Parts: sequence; C-alpha cells; structure tokens
Amino acid sequence: MWEIWSSSLPSLFGAMLKFTIPLSLLSFAIGLVIAVVVALIKFLPVQGNRFIKLLWQGIRLLVSFYVWAFRSTPLLVQLFIIFFGLPSIGIKLAPFTAAVIGFSLNTGAYGSETIRSALLAVNQDQWDAAYTLGFSTPQTLWRIIMPQALRIVLPPLSNEFIGLVKDTSLASTITIAEMFQVSQQIAAQNFQPLTMYIEVAFLYAILCTILSTLQHYLERRSSKFVQEVSH
Amino acid sequence: MLQISKLTKQFGSQQVLKGISARFPEKQTTVIVGPSGSGKTTLLRSLDLLVRPDSGELMFDDLKLDFSQPISSKQRNKLRNKTSMVFQNWNLFPNLTILQNITSAPIHVHKVAVDQAEHQAHKLLQEVGLDEYATAYPHELSGGQQQRISICRALAVQPQYILLDEPTSALDPERENQILRMLERLSNEGNSLIMVTHNMQFAKNVADKILFLEDGELQFDGDKEAFFSAKTDRIQQFLQGVTLN
Ligand SMILES: Nc1ncnc2c1ncn2[C@@H]1O[C@H](COP(=O)(O)OP(=O)(O)OP(=O)(O)O)[C@@H](O)[C@H]1O
Ligand SMILES: [Mg+2]
Repeated sequence: MWEIWSSSLPSLFGAMLKFTIPLSLLSFAIGLVIAVVVALIKFLPVQGNRFIKLLWQGIRLLVSFYVWAFRSTPLLVQLFIIFFGLPSIGIKLAPFTAAVIGFSLNTGAYGSETIRSALLAVNQDQWDAAYTLGFSTPQTLWRIIMPQALRIVLPPLSNEFIGLVKDTSLASTITIAEMFQVSQQIAAQNFQPLTMYIEVAFLYAILCTILSTLQHYLERRSSKFVQEVSH
Repeated sequence: MLQISKLTKQFGSQQVLKGISARFPEKQTTVIVGPSGSGKTTLLRSLDLLVRPDSGELMFDDLKLDFSQPISSKQRNKLRNKTSMVFQNWNLFPNLTILQNITSAPIHVHKVAVDQAEHQAHKLLQEVGLDEYATAYPHELSGGQQQRISICRALAVQPQYILLDEPTSALDPERENQILRMLERLSNEGNSLIMVTHNMQFAKNVADKILFLEDGELQFDGDKEAFFSAKTDRIQQFLQGVTLN
C-alpha cells in the first residue's frame, strides 16, 4: 500500500499544483471581485435623477437574476452548460477557461450574498458618524464599513473557499486532469480504487487544513479591535 | 449664523416636523428640549442633513439650502464641514484606534498633514485627560471616556457648530458630570453648541437659549431665563414632569 501511495504521489501532487490550486485561487479571486461588485450594487442606494434611478433598478434586477440563477442550479450543471452547451451557439472554450468561468460565477453568486449581509451587519450608525465628519460614501465604505464587515465576512468566505477547493474535483467531468481525475486514471490502471481514493481524499484534507489554519490566523488579525468574549 | 425656516419632515404618514423656524446664534448654546417623540433628534439631524427635510430652508452664512429642491453633494459637504454631531451612543469607529478616530476626518477629508493632525489630536486628548489611550481601541474605554473621545473627534474638524444629541443620557451621574463640565468649558470658550437634552439642570447651567419642541411644533423660542420662569401652563407642566423624573 505504501508503495502504491509513494509511486502515485508525484502525479497527484503534480495535478494539484498544475490544476487544483491554480483553478481554486484564480476562480476565488475573480469570484471575490464579482461578489464585491454585486454586493455593492445591491447594497448602495443611488442618488440622482429619475433616469439614473431607473437604470440602477435595471442593473439591480439583472444582478439579482444572476445570483438567483447560480444559487438555484447545481454547479455540475453550470459547468456542463458552459463547456458542453455553449459550443452549440458558437462559443467554444478551453476546458480550463470554462472551469474558471463556471467556478468564478458560482463563487461570485454565493459570495455576494455573504458580503452583502456582512455590510448590513455593520451598525448603520457608523454611516452617520462618518457623514457628520464629512466623509463621502466611498470613503465611508472603504475606511469604516468594509474593515468592520471584513471581520464578519471572513469565516463564511473561508468556508466558501474551502468548498471551492473541493468542488474543483468536478472539473474532472469537463476533461481537466486535476487531482481527482488523475487518481481515477491511476486507479483504473492498478485496480486499487480504495487505496487511491483515500490517498486523494487525504491530499484534499491537507489542502483544506492549511486553509483553515490561515483562516484562524486572519480572523485573529482582523479582530484585534473587538472585545474579547469569555464563554 | 445658522438659521432654519419652515422646516418640515414626514416619516411615512407621520408629520414629525411641522414647519420649524429658528435661529441658532453663534458662540451661544442653544438647548432643544421637549417630550419624547416630539422631534428633537429629527430636528438636530436635519441640521447636518443626516435627515433630509421635505421642505423649508436652511441658511448658514452665504450657504442657502432650499429643501424643496434637490441638494447637491457640494452643498451638503459645505454644510457638513461647518457642523459636527456628537451622538448619544458615541458611535466611535471600532476598527480605528482612539488617535485614528480623531485624526481620520482631518487627514482624509480636510487634507491636514498627518503629523499636524496627530499633534492636534494629542492636544485634544490631553485636555480631556485621555492621551494615554491614544493607541487603544474604543472598546477598551468606558462609556464616559468614549463620549469624551467622541467630542474630541467632533472638535478635531473645527466645526462652527457642534451638535449634541443627549450627550449624557447613556452615562452614570458621575460620568455625566465630567461631560457637563467639559461642555460648559466649551461653551465658555465661545464655541457654538446646539444640544438636545432631558437634563433640565444642565440646560439651566449652560443654555443661552431654549427651544421647546412639542409634537413637531416649536412652543417656545427664547432666553433661558424666560423659559424657566415662563407662566404658560404647558411649559410649567413639562418642567414639573421632568423634575419629578
Ligand atoms: N427614521 C425614522 N423613520 C420613521 N420614523 C421616525 C424616524 N426617526 C424618527 N421617527 C419618528 O419621529 C418621531 C420623532 O422622533 P425623534 O427621534 O425626533 O424624537 P425625539 O424628540 O428625539 O424623542 P426622544 O426624546 O425619545 O429621543 C417619533 O415618533 C419617531 O418614531
Ligand atoms: Mg431623540
């Protein structure tokens, strides 16, 4: 058993470095940008004339539809539509690109709700305090509201990131040789599925454990301004 | 001088301000009193546009806002740069240190140099005896200390008017006294204060002028002496009610 593990480890590790990690990082980074933008569109009131207000309503409706669509359908189906479905209307994407698009949009949809609720969870009196000192809305968001929301948003966002790392295994279904697919291939050759799948499970677990450790570190850092609670 | 004319505000179907006209003389302390729910906070917040009145006018030196027209962000900022509010619950920024709470607006809004802003902040902190807390976060301070910091924060932007909404109501009597002395000093130093309070003793001590608000209407507008010796039934009744509490 040790022999099988040590002989297959380099290929699995290679697949992790080549696909699982880049796919996770890239998708999460893009997804986070989408999430922040969508959250702000839903969160911020708009000032201006009738036309601007109407336009803003339209944009809001659109992003709400996007969030609804991606939260109400399975990720696997979304990947299939992007990779296998879109070519029939002339949009052919490389597997990696298709995967990044699918995972980013999915992360963006979930993340936007997490971020929006964190923005709402910050005491709204903080806006008054900043406005009375002359801060503009973007300044208030950036200097006062977002830092406080960050502390609230870290645990759920970390969960979403860890979920994403595990979900990259779904990319195997759209022909990407990420870690899980490589383990499948090896298992098909050496007829040791139990050994192989335990090995790959272990590798995912290591990745996710590193991430939770990072999460705890970031949580401590972002909470330095919060009262310690004794339970 | 800050002046309002025929200010109205409606929340839903409730008319909270019913056409308030008043002057807030410079270098004087104007105290707004009245029963709970009479619109005192709404009136005070209107002066800093934290509440947007529906109609009426606000005049401040050469600035003139007509609330039946849209207010530009330039006008809004101009007003907010001249006034600064101190809140009942302090509303310090929990993510910033005490020093940063005080310097953030001077640095980021008024573009004061960092060391100059910090020098100014330390001076304010020394005056209220809290300089040793400069690097602490708000949650490490008591309520009375946080309230003093929030007054420093408002003073740091050098407003022409300081607006205070029940600055002592969340404090115990001893801390209340600290704040009262601080406000008395500010008022004696020639600052212009507009304050909502339930504390009649305090109003008696610091007020130059009293506005008595009831049900969204101004029932009295005049000198402190005239108010406390007023013979109208309603004011007598109100004063007796508060003294009993
Ligand atoms: N943002 C709001 N939305 C709806 N109603 C409001 C809002 N703010 C105030 N009101 C209502 O307006 C009325 C006046 O409120 P306001 O806070 O100005 O009273 P107040 O005189 O400050 O009372 P208190 O002494 O209890 O602080 C109240 O009936 C209140 O419910
Ligand atoms: Mg009030």
